[in-house]
Amino acid sequence: MSKTEKKPLLQVENLSIGFSQYMKGTQKRVIQPIADMNVEINEGEIVAVVGASGSGKSLLAHAVLGILPSNAICSGSVVYKGEELTEKRKRQLRGREISFIPQSVNYLDPLMRVGAQVQIGLDKKTAHKQQEKLFAQYDLKSSDGHLFPYELSGGMLRRVLFATSVREGVRLVIADEPTPGIHPEALSEILKQLKQFAKDGAGVMLITHDMMSALQIADRVAVIKEGATVEISEAVAFQGTGERLKTEYTKRLWRALPQNDFDLEFKGRDLNI
Amino acid sequence: MTLSGENLGHYYQRDRWILKDVTISIAPGEVLGLSGYSGCGKTTLSRILAGYIAPRTGNIWIDHKAMEPRTFRPVQLIYQHPEKAINPKWRMRDVLTESYAPSQAILDAFEIKNEWLTRWPVELSGGEKQRFCIVRALNPATKFIIADEMTTMLDAITQAKIWNSFLGICKSRNIGVIVVSHETSLLNRLCDRIYHLGK
Repeated sequence: MSKTEKKPLLQVENLSIGFSQYMKGTQKRVIQPIADMNVEINEGEIVAVVGASGSGKSLLAHAVLGILPSNAICSGSVVYKGEELTEKRKRQLRGREISFIPQSVNYLDPLMRVGAQVQIGLDKKTAHKQQEKLFAQYDLKSSDGHLFPYELSGGMLRRVLFATSVREGVRLVIADEPTPGIHPEALSEILKQLKQFAKDGAGVMLITHDMMSALQIADRVAVIKEGATVEISEAVAFQGTGERLKTEYTKRLWRALPQNDFDLEFKGRDLNI
Repeated sequence: MTLSGENLGHYYQRDRWILKDVTISIAPGEVLGLSGYSGCGKTTLSRILAGYIAPRTGNIWIDHKAMEPRTFRPVQLIYQHPEKAINPKWRMRDVLTESYAPSQAILDAFEIKNEWLTRWPVELSGGEKQRFCIVRALNPATKFIIADEMTTMLDAITQAKIWNSFLGICKSRNIGVIVVSHETSLLNRLCDRIYHLGK
């Protein structure tokens, strides 16, 4: 739905990521969770990244941001605004032009009040006001800002995490599962904000399991399986029985939703164990 | 054997009541859905029912008796965030066998690969870790399981498979299950009855 002409913002090509592990003593081995990942995001476009758990969706996000653990071995090319995204550039851009909403609520500082965490990186003079505004927008009470992360529920923490990503001058938003555990009203507010990012010309990578929500706002959907991109389809192809989807895996993923034929996956196994 | 909570009430900060006058009960083999706004106290209620926190008001009964302290808890809780329920400094094998030794059949039912057992928690994805938490809760002495947003981290195919295996085992062992979720369509698929918390 990008009104502007398609200008690629982020191009990930043949990305592969491995981890070297120590087995015993100095014996090493390398595991390769991501083998052949390809994703392209244009300016003003929302690309949903879906796929099995453990297929490497979060790793893709971490690779683009340059926050993989130190034993990771990365190859392939990541191009941002037509230029290779080097580790140094990643450091300069992340938290500024590239904003990240992490998957785990563990990423919040457990010893810092959540209001103060949202104010990080905002203009000091208006930070407090801005934070209160964001809280109101995501259906959080202003008194919630004085609480510590452990005092908030899972869904509330998600919304706090989301509020930390809303900054001026953001060009690329990488949202890793921003929606689980959030009730429908707050969810639609978050989707609206992601849509707004795109309207303002930013690219959005929305990593999610929540296909129904993602399809409401996404332009295209990339399907990841076992560390490789198996399909990139227009979001409109996800409807009915999925006859417009290209691969068998994507069709199964679509049909397994509780809204569709959840039961198809139910096999009559003997579970007397 | 029923699990019931009577007039449960709880707050974390004085007089900021999260729960008030909640009465809930579940029979063996029943699948009860629990839905409500985020922040309305679903997880707090789950923690109270599982005996992790004592409610400010009200009581929990198992078969009209109070829960015994310092023994195996017949009510097990599966958390929304597996990374918060697993010791990051234990290998997955130790996490898995902490309460009992699960059979290969159970590991297969949840598609837990043998190679995962030697890994550290950070080396597995959220969905992979969650399977360990599920198997860990299926101790032979477990009578009730509370699944707090158990599969929100999982893709649709895995979600359907896991519920299939999980409910299959629970039905055969007559375990009562409380399914906590926001997703109405999921609750409608799984539950015999749905309890709406809050307004």
